[in-house]
Amino acid sequence: MANPRTFQIQEISAHPGPVPGRGVRREEAVCKYIDVTTCIGCKACEVACVEWNDHPFRETTFNDTYQTMPTTEWNYYNLIKFVEDERDGNLMWLLRKDQCLHCEDPGCLRACPADGAIIKYENGIVDFQQENCIGCGYCISGCPFDIPKFHPNTKKVYKCTLCSDRVGQGLEPACVKACPTGCLKFGTKSDMVQIAGLRAKQLREVSGFADAGVYDPASIGGTHVVYVLHDIKRPERYGLPANPVIPPSYTYWKWLAKPAGLLMGVLGIGAVFFHRVMYGPKLPQPEPPEVRTGPTEEIDAGRKETL
Amino acid sequence: MSVTAKNFDEKARGKFARLGTTRVRRGELLRHPVYTRVLHWSVAIFFVLSLLTGFAIYSPWLFHWITPLFGGGPRTRLLHPWFGLLFEVFFFFQFLNWMAPMVWTEADRRWVKRMRHYATNQELLESEDVGFFNGGQKLYFWAIVVSGVLFLITGLLMWFDDVVGRWIVAVSYVIHDLAALVMLAGFIIHIYEGTAHQPGTFGSMIDGTVKENWAWTHHPAWYQAVTGRDPREAYEREKRSHEEAQTAQE
Repeated sequence: MANPRTFQIQEISAHPGPVPGRGVRREEAVCKYIDVTTCIGCKACEVACVEWNDHPFRETTFNDTYQTMPTTEWNYYNLIKFVEDERDGNLMWLLRKDQCLHCEDPGCLRACPADGAIIKYENGIVDFQQENCIGCGYCISGCPFDIPKFHPNTKKVYKCTLCSDRVGQGLEPACVKACPTGCLKFGTKSDMVQIAGLRAKQLREVSGFADAGVYDPASIGGTHVVYVLHDIKRPERYGLPANPVIPPSYTYWKWLAKPAGLLMGVLGIGAVFFHRVMYGPKLPQPEPPEVRTGPTEEIDAGRKETL
Repeated sequence: MSVTAKNFDEKARGKFARLGTTRVRRGELLRHPVYTRVLHWSVAIFFVLSLLTGFAIYSPWLFHWITPLFGGGPRTRLLHPWFGLLFEVFFFFQFLNWMAPMVWTEADRRWVKRMRHYATNQELLESEDVGFFNGGQKLYFWAIVVSGVLFLITGLLMWFDDVVGRWIVAVSYVIHDLAALVMLAGFIIHIYEGTAHQPGTFGSMIDGTVKENWAWTHHPAWYQAVTGRDPREAYEREKRSHEEAQTAQE
């Protein structure tokens, strides 16, 4: 696909006013803004996600909450988590839209051993390429947010694409399009972080949430989905790790020890081969004496085997 | 445990001896009965299948040509734990079968000290205290036992990764890989010693027999135990007969 920027019109002959679209794209990195504090739990985003991705109806499990199902699934990328919390002795719902956070340093991509099964675009979207996926499930344990889900029939792993197909055409993700309260926004990373910061400030200063803040964890280089939380000091309450990390086995082991191990295998085969060449076989002892034959010229090397 | 295992092992060996045949000809000794041979090759087949499918998961970019043999990447990944499980099952029986002759002894400690000489073919005849298995074979056996336990534990943790935490799974991958690398190194040496390096050895796992001179050369204490003859005397006698034949020819 050609870079859309290449075909951004620069000048138009005899056109009054500015060139449409020029200078709009200031930044490559995209981001989704999720304001947990204004989400009403209508689940329009869940429906929009299922619709856009053309996923089949999925049976759900009822576990005494308003939540659609316990976790996201291979055909259910987007799930509002209905966490029941308390505030001033009353029930308070923490309605967090659970989905892939599109990490700047993605644990799934670090863990994946298959060539080309997970890619990250320049704009920050982390996308699974199922045709290259071998279904090993390394990404599932590489992810700090328990997002990639295994499809038992295709034996491959799926997750939120941040609607990379829509974004590629200049559209916002389907969930953002469907959201009726404006708690979901989509734009450049810096814009979304700025809006999130302003909203958190408003929550702290006006709405009485002294610990409100933006969830954009630095331990994985930030994310391309940021949350505004009432309480940034305890993200665990929302089911988010305070300090998400990628197991070092996926960063160091994969790039250091794996090639070293394979090299060891190759050297091992080479070692036994040259051992045989240099030291020869260990024959049962005593070895029979060599057969005395005449000078080699007397042997007809071209004769038939039967004679 | 040990009595039940022993009874089971005896029964299985007897049954397989009736099912198959082992012909021991003049100048040969019975080395491996039918049961051992069947177990060895069952273990070997599933080890190789696990190794190939494992390689395909370990580094798919390097083993693109392996996965089509098993029906594509996801199918290879799906089969790997089952191949591994069958390897574990057959090796468990092999473990019961070989537990007794694989017990580590003082002679093995001395063998390990001589390993350098052994590897450079400095001694044509093995030391007289080397029995049915030498120290190197026992090392490989116990390496498989340890790796087999590690494979099983870490393999199950990775198989049921939705039950255990992601850190346990992440550590399991590393231990599983390390065990595989130890096994790979041992496997290369095992094949080499059993074929190209020691002619006459491979047949013991196919036909079950070895030549007497093979036995007194590589496993003198075992030769003495099964024939009642002194291995060095047998060697000297054969050497003299070779020399006599040589003189007669001249």
